[in-house]
Amino acid sequence: MNDFFLVSSLILGFLVLLCLYRGIRGPGFLNRIVAINVIGTKTVVILALMGFIVQRIDMFVDTSLAYALLNFIGTLAAAKYLERKGAI
Amino acid sequence: MISEILSVLLVGCGLFLFASGTLGLLRLPDFYCRMHATGKCDTLGALLALTGLAVYHGFSLVSLKIIFIVIFIFLANPTATHAIGRAALVNGVQPWTKEGGPASPKFAPEGETK
Repeated sequence: MNDFFLVSSLILGFLVLLCLYRGIRGPGFLNRIVAINVIGTKTVVILALMGFIVQRIDMFVDTSLAYALLNFIGTLAAAKYLERKGAI
Repeated sequence: MISEILSVLLVGCGLFLFASGTLGLLRLPDFYCRMHATGKCDTLGALLALTGLAVYHGFSLVSLKIIFIVIFIFLANPTATHAIGRAALVNGVQPWTKEGGPASPKFAPEGETK
């Protein structure tokens, strides 16, 4: 079961690298914000998997919860900042 | 044993949804299309994967916290996607069409009434 979690988190890390292509290349602010939001959601799952791998899930689940909150607030702040005519 | 099989199934489905969302983010032609792919696939993928982890851990405070994360992502991720989409719409980003023209009369360039 530990190997399954390890392989799953490796696959998710590879997907994060693929999303980072859109975050670096993607034309404009909006594509980058979407890519960063996707990476943040994947990071929450990777953190939970890491907690099961190193047998310290009671600590990692709090980190994961805080990361989910920060990801949401950051995306919402960026969207509110861009929500004016001519901001882009 | 049952919980391990269920956990593997749920995490596997979550990984598949994450992969399809990433494929949509990379391959679709337009900002709105990419948002459409990631907004749904990522929400359901995180929901399934974290539920699988909670099932594997059993009934405890930790799995309750994981379920809290699931509920929060289920509420917050579509909200964030909606906020980004509205920011794009206010700024007048044109949706992609196959013919290259405006998607609807609302998006037509100024001075051109059709």
